[in-house]
Amino acid sequence: MSEQLNLWQFMLQQSDKLLDQTIAHIGLTCVSLVIAVAIGLPLGIWIAERKRTAWVVLGIAGILQTIPSIALLGFMIPLLGIGALPAIAALFLYALLPVIRNTYTGITGVDPAVTESAAAMGMSKWQILLNVQLPLAMPVILAGIRTATVINVGVATLAAYIAAGGLGEFIFGGIALNNTNMILAGAIPAALLAILLDFLLSLFQKARLKRMRKVAVILPVLLILFSSFYIIPYAKEKILAGFTPEFMGREDGSLGLKSKYKLNIPTVVISDAVMYKAAFERKLDVISGYSTDGRLKAYDLVTLKDDKTIFPPYYAAPLVRQDVLAKYPQLQPALDLLSGVINDSVMTELNYRVDYEKQLPEKVALDFMLAKGLYKKPQSGSEGGVIRLGSKIFAEQYILINIYKMLIEGNTNLKVVTRTGLGGTKICFDALTNNEIDMYPEYTGTGLLVILKPDKKTLDPIIADRNKVFDFVRKKFSDQYQLSWLKPIGFNNAYALMMRRAQAQSLNIKTISDLKNYLSNENHQH
Amino acid sequence: MIIAQNISKDFNGIQAVKDISFQVKEGQTLVLLGTSGCGKTTTLKILNRLIEPSSGAVRINGEDIFSLKPEMLRRSIGYVSQNSGLFPHYTVAENIAIVPKLLGWDQKKIRQRSEDLLRQLKLSVTEYAGKYPDELSGGEKQRVALARALASDPPVLLMDEPFGALDPITRAAVQKEFLELPELKSKTIVLVTHDVQEAFALGDQICLMDKGGIMQTGTPKELIFGPENEFSRNFFSHQRLQLELSALKFKDIWKELPDAKRGSEASLESAQSLWEGMELLAENNQEMLSVINADTDSVKEITIQTIQSVYLEIKRNR
Ligand SMILES: Nc1ncnc2c1ncn2[C@@H]1O[C@H](COP(=O)(O)OP(=O)(O)OP(=O)(O)O)[C@@H](O)[C@H]1O
Ligand SMILES: [Mg+2]
Repeated sequence: MSEQLNLWQFMLQQSDKLLDQTIAHIGLTCVSLVIAVAIGLPLGIWIAERKRTAWVVLGIAGILQTIPSIALLGFMIPLLGIGALPAIAALFLYALLPVIRNTYTGITGVDPAVTESAAAMGMSKWQILLNVQLPLAMPVILAGIRTATVINVGVATLAAYIAAGGLGEFIFGGIALNNTNMILAGAIPAALLAILLDFLLSLFQKARLKRMRKVAVILPVLLILFSSFYIIPYAKEKILAGFTPEFMGREDGSLGLKSKYKLNIPTVVISDAVMYKAAFERKLDVISGYSTDGRLKAYDLVTLKDDKTIFPPYYAAPLVRQDVLAKYPQLQPALDLLSGVINDSVMTELNYRVDYEKQLPEKVALDFMLAKGLYKKPQSGSEGGVIRLGSKIFAEQYILINIYKMLIEGNTNLKVVTRTGLGGTKICFDALTNNEIDMYPEYTGTGLLVILKPDKKTLDPIIADRNKVFDFVRKKFSDQYQLSWLKPIGFNNAYALMMRRAQAQSLNIKTISDLKNYLSNENHQH
Repeated sequence: MIIAQNISKDFNGIQAVKDISFQVKEGQTLVLLGTSGCGKTTTLKILNRLIEPSSGAVRINGEDIFSLKPEMLRRSIGYVSQNSGLFPHYTVAENIAIVPKLLGWDQKKIRQRSEDLLRQLKLSVTEYAGKYPDELSGGEKQRVALARALASDPPVLLMDEPFGALDPITRAAVQKEFLELPELKSKTIVLVTHDVQEAFALGDQICLMDKGGIMQTGTPKELIFGPENEFSRNFFSHQRLQLELSALKFKDIWKELPDAKRGSEASLESAQSLWEGMELLAENNQEMLSVINADTDSVKEITIQTIQSVYLEIKRNR
């Protein structure tokens, strides 16, 4: 009960954002739908008389449909950049198949005796199309539009990844922050929206055949009306920030920037996967990156100094189940071999090789091990037992678990299996506590803020100090979850604001305070 | 007046219609008769260009149909298809109004015309005008289809098995109504059927078709009494007596019939067939009936015996 109340409170408190996101969501869905209908309907009609072309067109639309939505969004970025445009283009491509296919099926399904008698009475091709074929095919066409709508409401959540807004901002922010209320605040309206739009369209579909002629007029008008809610939120700002959904909701993120730095910057929400490139391509000017990310080097970005220390330290260390450490005493010494070995610039370099030069994490890990003289041949056999290593889905974690795999297999009689790609913090952590994996590399700041979530009073005195944070999480994890934080690896993959080097230099911005001052001066001049 | 000259049609090398020619005089009915697949529908559809012939010429009322825009041509030709082809999303009234609307008639005229037609076809306006085709029986659909074809009063009417979907009893009744429709008296009609009885009942001329070609053309009487080939002879062998009696009209044997007593009520017309006379005699269980010839205003008398002797006489002479 209290969970629901909290959700309700959360939604009330965030009602501004919720409204924005909902409108953007409806807008994305409807605009792409209108375009899909505007193109798919004529195309469906056109191919209805051309069996061979139909096969080709439906084949292509079918293939588009099978591209995973995230990948399709990704393909759009080099072509159309970030924001509403690529999102609408991707949604449009998804909506295309059901619209074309159902138009085709609907039109070819009209009783040929009826169209023939229409021709025999002296109706022209157009008159037959408008007065006979379309009205009779309308129930099937509407079914296609319904399918497309429901698909689009779902896929539009992903638009948040490329700065196009929508309810995905809450959903993915919530997942990243392990905040159920935030997830639900996005997911529930999205589900309701799908149900509502589907229901509205079903009303049209149920209208008797005779009224189909009216539906053909009312529906487009309504769709365009809905679309016009949405004014594409792209006025080119002097300085535009792109933050991940996670960063948006965090005290040690966008919220802290506002409260501690009084930083007021036009902001869009965007996925970490495309953010760096967007900054490089001048679509964004300030982004919320990780300080060891390889793309920092690849795209020639610089981090701004956090002069008021709102970003807590994120030292990486192995997080291991205590029962596993006890069972295999040889494990901990092997893991400790890496402690203090990798600093920020080494990690950035390793990440760069994977993220940008597209080398395999296995190879990068091996090269590193050889260079550091840590590599040993695996001691064959698995009689010693099996250790399950997990990782979140990004390069750094892939590299780290490959290094750990070599360390364990080279220095102990244990065998390692890896479970890569476990999504975000929450998924990894749950896998660990549910005994599905034995360890994964975690960051002190994440353990503190995402999992432990202490109140402000506990947080304030320790947050800026790396040792205090480490001691705090080690003690709490041990007490609460029977998990051990081993010695940190050495680098600090903290949040950082980043800018293109050239722009930062020309504007003489080195710290976040510099950025803040620059922005308030700009505003004064207006 | 319809003149078809040497029309042929092949579908991907298969000849559905082979070099056929025929004429239909103004106000007359030509029946295309033949077994399934012999090319009747194809021939009919060539006349309103639903099918373009591979070769041949067609003139309707003096005009070469291939010189007209198909839509324009079709608006002056009523067409009743093999399956009614009514628009399922239009009411009966809207279905009937399609061609008049295309021709730009005003609302009032269209209403009057639709109601008039419905009445002629014995469909109550209040009950049927607002119904949709899926709420009609097969026979009612056929009648509405006919009304729709007649709506703009076209001079030419093409009908493809218009009574095909009906049971024999309904079919006989609808055929009778059809014959009596004043609308149809003046129209030039091409009607397709595979039913010999129907052909004899409705046709002024019959084209007997087989495998895409015309085997014989002529009046029912010519076909039944003067078959030109084996095919024609065999085609009618089945119900020969009935067909012969159907082919003979009272006016053909007017001279051989005795005058009726003065003041006797005529229950038949001279344009009706001997078969109809026999049926009526049997039906009413009467010895004798009177037949009126409206042209000469004379009344004659018939019995089974007179019909029999006249019939035998004709057979002997041939
Ligand atoms: N569109 C078409 N494509 C190919 N062949 C066709 C086509 N239409 C008709 N045919 C063929 O042409 C021949 C004549 O067909 P048509 O429909 O004229 O026959 P019909 O005399 O009307 O027969 P039914 O009494 O069964 O209606 C048939 O063999 C048929 O298979
Ligand atoms: Mg036919």
